Amino acid sequence: MFEGGLYPYWIVIFLMMTGLYVVISRDNLVKKIIGLNIFQVSVIMFYIAMGKVQGGTAPIADAGITVFSNPLPHVLMLTAIVVGVATSAVALALVVRINEAYGTIEEDELREIERVEDAE
Amino acid sequence: MSGQLLDHLANNLPALQIAVPLLSAAVCMVLRRGRTAWVLAMLVAWSSFASACVIFNRVVQHGAISYAEGGWRAPWGIELRIDLLNALVLLVVTAICAIVLTASPRSLDQEIWQENHSKFYALYLLCMTGLAGMTVTGDAFNIFVFLEISSLSSYALIAQGTTRRALTSSIQYLVMGTIGGTFILLGIGMIYMVTGTLNIADMAVQLAAVGPNRTVLVALAFICIGTGIKLAVFPLHIWLPNAYTYAPAIVTAFLAATSTKVAYYVLVRFLFSIFGAPLAFGALRLDAVLMPLAIAAMFAGSFVAIFQDNIKRMLAYSSIAQIGYMVLGLSLVSVTGLTGGLVHLFNHALMKSGLFLVMAAVLLRTGSVRLEAMAGLGRRMPWTMAAFVVAGLSMIGVPLTVGFVSKWYLVMGAIQAGLWPVAVLILLSSLLALIYIWRVVEVAYFRQPPDDAPEIEEAPFSMLGPIWVLAGATVFFGIFTSLSVGAASAAARMLLGVGQ
Repeated sequence: MFEGGLYPYWIVIFLMMTGLYVVISRDNLVKKIIGLNIFQVSVIMFYIAMGKVQGGTAPIADAGITVFSNPLPHVLMLTAIVVGVATSAVALALVVRINEAYGTIEEDELREIERVEDAE
Repeated sequence: MSGQLLDHLANNLPALQIAVPLLSAAVCMVLRRGRTAWVLAMLVAWSSFASACVIFNRVVQHGAISYAEGGWRAPWGIELRIDLLNALVLLVVTAICAIVLTASPRSLDQEIWQENHSKFYALYLLCMTGLAGMTVTGDAFNIFVFLEISSLSSYALIAQGTTRRALTSSIQYLVMGTIGGTFILLGIGMIYMVTGTLNIADMAVQLAAVGPNRTVLVALAFICIGTGIKLAVFPLHIWLPNAYTYAPAIVTAFLAATSTKVAYYVLVRFLFSIFGAPLAFGALRLDAVLMPLAIAAMFAGSFVAIFQDNIKRMLAYSSIAQIGYMVLGLSLVSVTGLTGGLVHLFNHALMKSGLFLVMAAVLLRTGSVRLEAMAGLGRRMPWTMAAFVVAGLSMIGVPLTVGFVSKWYLVMGAIQAGLWPVAVLILLSSLLALIYIWRVVEVAYFRQPPDDAPEIEEAPFSMLGPIWVLAGATVFFGIFTSLSVGAASAAARMLLGVGQ
């Protein structure tokens, strides 16, 4: 863990709250997805920070390497990054289709259109 | 030689449960003809069900199966671990996958463009891979990966719905589902920080040694909320009604019976196997949070269901109420209560997929799932509506149906815990189910169709068959309870560490 205190975790918390706030507060669907990305990246940073050892190198079985970082959380995040990319791809594809179907990607306008639709 | 081959196959069944649908999904993707893809998917789904039966039988007879993925031993390698709890869930999930798939071709012809059929089946198999993977794995990070595989494919499946509302429902689910999945990932990371392992069995041992420190409790909270979103626990359910209403009818029947059930399994696994009941319900008092939410869900879900004119939406709200019963069973933290929750998982999967398949058949013949379109259907589609009545009675909890069995255990669990008011509330909320099921029955059987109503015929046999298999199962397992209740109560005893 970092000698300089827990500051990586403060960054993680800041990013996470930023992402969550963007998801909740923005009406534009693309901005929502970007918020979701920031949110996911914060968890990726969390895992990276957790596995890092101060002064450690890559874990290579070689003479002279005694201090190394824990590779497992780092490798796990390769999978999490793929998941994040896939999620964004599906989400953006949906946004394109929503734009084709409704002519807008603003959530408040979508809600209004659907409210009118329901009333009919 | 062939005996050896069979042995080899039998030993690798847990891994095949994931690998076969995953690889077949890729094959489906390149197949041009929808029907060919359907035949392949059927083959995969039914053989998955068959192998789930073999696994279940073996677990019942010889105890838990541990499978070292790629020959790497746990806790370093990834372990697939199947005990009574997930053997039962696997059985339910694969059975529903296979039965719903059998009913799918006619409904898809109506709702989805012909050229997209093979892609639809590819997505269906991917979703099945994720659900089966979450169920069989013994590795916490694997749960997250398979959760995302099943979630991503279900977002795409929901978006296939015929109206444009399917798109907005899908993205609403995507945003909430991703937050839920990421919360679970965060929780798993925190447990890893404390224990240094990802293997579920190993985590449990290490966590018991660590005790309730703050990181562990925060991890528990994150995982609870994350799975709560995927499970649609009241008040985290807002994605569910839209997603179920606007998805294609087949997708609704499939997801309603499998995806929330697997999420419930994940919650039970984390609470009872990994954290353990003393930590989750002693140090954090989760039962004090979950029980009121479960009771609120039972009433709010059923109450809102009464006022719906779209029957798919009505059944979606009823799902929220039924999830409430399952969570209530868990929050009683007793063998009887947990048995009730797990039996209800089994039972609700049967009756809800049956009801949604009935809606698929009604949509196929009448072109609508609104209440007014069902006038006089009791005479025009007698077999379909009879199945609705049977599954509906089960939803209410009438004796000789599965719904009665699970409610019996829940009421007993509440009484044993000394919670008389809760037992009364379970019975009262069942009356609400009576009202919303009765509304449909009344319109279907006692109201004349309008004079200008077009002639419609009974649903095709390809749909009627699966519908009646499910409706029949709700009665069969309501009378012969040894399979579902036997497995569920043995699993509950195992989870709570109570001897036989």
